[in-house]
Amino acid sequence: MTDPLLQIRGLRLERAGRRLLDDISLAVGAGEIHALLGGNGCGKTSLAKSVMGCDGYAPDRGEIRFVGQRIDTLPLHERARLGITMAWQEPARFEGVPVREFLTLGHPEADPAERLRRVGLAPWRYLGRMLDKTLSGGERKRVELAAVIALAPRLALLDEPAAGIDLRSLDEIVRVVRELRDAGTAVLLISHREEMGRIADRASQMCGGRIIVSGSPQHVAAQYREHHCVYCDGELTHDTQPA
Amino acid sequence: MTRSPPDGSALARLQSALDRVGVTDAALQDADTAHLLVDAHRALSVHDVPGVEVQVRRRLLGIAVDVRVQPGAQIANPVHLCFGLSNPFGAQRVRLDVDIGEGASVRFLAHCLFARTRHASHRMRARIQVRRDAQLSIEEGHVHGAAGGIVVTPRARISVGPGARLFSDFSLLQGRVGRLRSDYRVDVAEQGLAELAVRVRGRAEDRIELNDHIRLNGIGARGLVKTRVALTDRAQAVVRSTTEGNAADARGHMDCTEIVKDQAQGESVPVVRVGDPKAQVTHEAAIGTVDQTQLETLMAHGLTPDQAIELVISGMLRPAATEPA
Ligand SMILES: Nc1ncnc2c1ncn2[C@@H]1O[C@H](COP(=O)(O)OP(=O)(O)OP(=O)(O)O)[C@@H](O)[C@H]1O
Ligand SMILES: [Mg+2]
Repeated sequence: MTDPLLQIRGLRLERAGRRLLDDISLAVGAGEIHALLGGNGCGKTSLAKSVMGCDGYAPDRGEIRFVGQRIDTLPLHERARLGITMAWQEPARFEGVPVREFLTLGHPEADPAERLRRVGLAPWRYLGRMLDKTLSGGERKRVELAAVIALAPRLALLDEPAAGIDLRSLDEIVRVVRELRDAGTAVLLISHREEMGRIADRASQMCGGRIIVSGSPQHVAAQYREHHCVYCDGELTHDTQPA
Repeated sequence: MTRSPPDGSALARLQSALDRVGVTDAALQDADTAHLLVDAHRALSVHDVPGVEVQVRRRLLGIAVDVRVQPGAQIANPVHLCFGLSNPFGAQRVRLDVDIGEGASVRFLAHCLFARTRHASHRMRARIQVRRDAQLSIEEGHVHGAAGGIVVTPRARISVGPGARLFSDFSLLQGRVGRLRSDYRVDVAEQGLAELAVRVRGRAEDRIELNDHIRLNGIGARGLVKTRVALTDRAQAVVRSTTEGNAADARGHMDCTEIVKDQAQGESVPVVRVGDPKAQVTHEAAIGTVDQTQLETLMAHGLTPDQAIELVISGMLRPAATEPA
């Protein structure tokens, strides 16, 4: 394995008297896809937000390193400047901001049309559209993915990139994530879908705020299918434990 | 017919303000574009085109402007109405009478230019008739200076006839507002449509009071009031919107967003009144700071916190994407 780009050790996150993340340790190597699997409410999004530095997700314990540097106390925009970005599970909507502008934020030289084509959206149809509630959920997800491509980040946290994407287009999203990796971006790929897990280089399975198994995608997927949690020694549970 | 400017320097000063809002000299020189250019209570330049008649009268205290659009006239170029004060101090009182004839269609670009104004008032009393099946689109843009010593009080009484359509967009985004108290009342007849949009940015000690009142009086009348206000520093705004659904199948909606930062204060008072069981009026209001997920998304895409806030605010204050069809 290449040197870890992202290294998480002993991460704990408590909110409103509940432990959402507990003793999370995880490494993502440069240019690798690391799939993060797990049932609803097991803490996947919380982990991604914690790495990105979202408001209210500062860890209570443990550390997050990016290329060796502690980042867990850095504000979000400084983590972004280091090359980390995130595509939200439910992307925000913006009144009065056209797709074209969103895809060229901070780098006006980028060709937004090309990015749109790569996520299966016809540029002539979407460049002038507003990023507001008139875009469908799936369209909005694709634009978000196009924006991530445009950034060419070192690490992309993709939270359910295939959620709300029609089945026929799933291959497209898989291809985009592969291309991201091939262009040198490491990806923390959060997904329920096994198809997505299969393109990963490594995978981790979460349950109840913990990582219960990490390893090859095949190994983790098999575990996931069996619905057996080695940590709680039972059915994979959606509940996180009280702090 | 064009009357040439009596005073070149006043014109030049207003022209430089016009340049800032994108009205080039060419638009005012164009023979196919109707315009009116007023400095305080003096008309510096008036120009008609076939189908549009612009008349100006001095009043004891103020200026009266009549704009008449012939029935059936489809006016290709927007009519420019420019009101300004070239002196830093003064008062402007405008009476505006607008009559859009049956089936006519026209677009007004009203520019209120107070970029040099330090201490002044601008009072507008408008009476607007949009007759049967006609369409009027008014975009009124204010350009103020940094002084904030200006009091702006526009009042409009508008009647939208059967099947007629009114689109109004009022914006005050450049410079300090000072004090703004607007008062619009629109009566809409059967199958008529009225859309009022207001976009204002308040700073420092600005005081903003917006009153919009739509009465949907005819069967199938439709109305929309859309208010967007961004407040920083110690600015304050009260948005009072009222829609009455007084006839069957009348449909009204009010939509108010205020972004509030620093010590600013925002208030929204929507009033919904329905006088016919088959009418429906809805409203939504959101007042608060900039949405955290929006900011985090933009910062994750490389913007600084300040840039992210500015983009969310300026996006909200942009004119609606949908062109009136
Ligand atoms: N800000 C918060 N405050 C309190 N509880 C939270 C907060 N954010 C998440 N949670 C809780 O933490 C748990 C994990 O949520 P999270 O969104 O991380 O799950 P997830 O694995 O991403 O689920 P899904 O597959 O449904 O997206 C849930 O029980 C959720 O209700
Ligand atoms: Mg989630």
